[in-house]
Amino acid sequence: MSVPLFEILLVEDNPDHAELVKRSLEDHPLGNRIHHLSDGEAALDYLFHSVKGSDSRAPVKPHMVLLDLRLPKVDGLDVLREIRGKRELDEVPVIILTTSSAEMDVKKAYQSHANSYLVKPNDFQRFDELIKALGSYWLGWNHDQGKALSKPSAATAGQTWKHLTPPQAYGESS
Amino acid sequence: MNGNALNILFVEDNPDHAELVMRSFQDHRVANTIHHLTDGEAALDYLLRRNAYRNPEKSPRPHVVLLDLRLPKVDGLEVLKAIRSSESLEKIPVVVLTTSHAELDVGKAYEYHANSYLVKPLDFEKFTKLMDDLGFYWLGWNHYPWPGTDS
Repeated sequence: MSVPLFEILLVEDNPDHAELVKRSLEDHPLGNRIHHLSDGEAALDYLFHSVKGSDSRAPVKPHMVLLDLRLPKVDGLDVLREIRGKRELDEVPVIILTTSSAEMDVKKAYQSHANSYLVKPNDFQRFDELIKALGSYWLGWNHDQGKALSKPSAATAGQTWKHLTPPQAYGESS
Repeated sequence: MNGNALNILFVEDNPDHAELVMRSFQDHRVANTIHHLTDGEAALDYLLRRNAYRNPEKSPRPHVVLLDLRLPKVDGLEVLKAIRSSESLEKIPVVVLTTSHAELDVGKAYEYHANSYLVKPLDFEKFTKLMDDLGFYWLGWNHYPWPGTDS
């Protein structure tokens, strides 16, 4: 049985955060496979088949990239810029997932065409809720050209977990 | 988010779809101000503060733009292109919300760096669910390059 899976690239050097992300996405109703790398150079090597750009093969095209900013070897913003520099990867959502809420980081990320910018909550439960919300949104609803071919049936779009509580951001806005 | 209301610019010419979206945002627990416009030219006037929107108080810079593609006067893709080529607007997250899943539209939208591309479900219940998830994600979780405005 070949059930199509979502391929997710997770670039995260903090092992605890990586574990949390994996665990939260594990029981996603749409099914996924997470490729976890812990530094920016490894991420670029993986996407572009190593030896920076000298390889003529098409880059690896995951369904979603979850990208930390402060990474060893090559910074997250540089990884983002490399990805956005490749036309073939235009439609791959790159979601920044970081502890930094510094305005400069947010601005630079959007300027370099990150699709979304998320700040990791300190609280374990909220972290889990965030990951599930991003899974539902990007894997369930967001559309790309290859959706019909490479993703699980569009009929499953919008499937989400039932037990989500609102993020704390709701409370913060009062 | 450091509190206050998020401004949403919503560009949609279909009154039924607009009604659904507006209702969903009005019910939302995150404070938000939604500015609804029905054609691409008005959207450009608003964003670039021209003509009827010369007064910045009438055209607060949006945190996020919800953009239909097939719009009267100026096409949604042209609006997106204009956003991406303006220094003061280029960082605004733009979510395309359309009935089109034509490959050409999807490809062009991402070429112009749409942040997300959503196809309106025909089914009413699914549309409502999409709006819930969309609001939950973009109002509740996503961080923006500038703070909310006083509400």
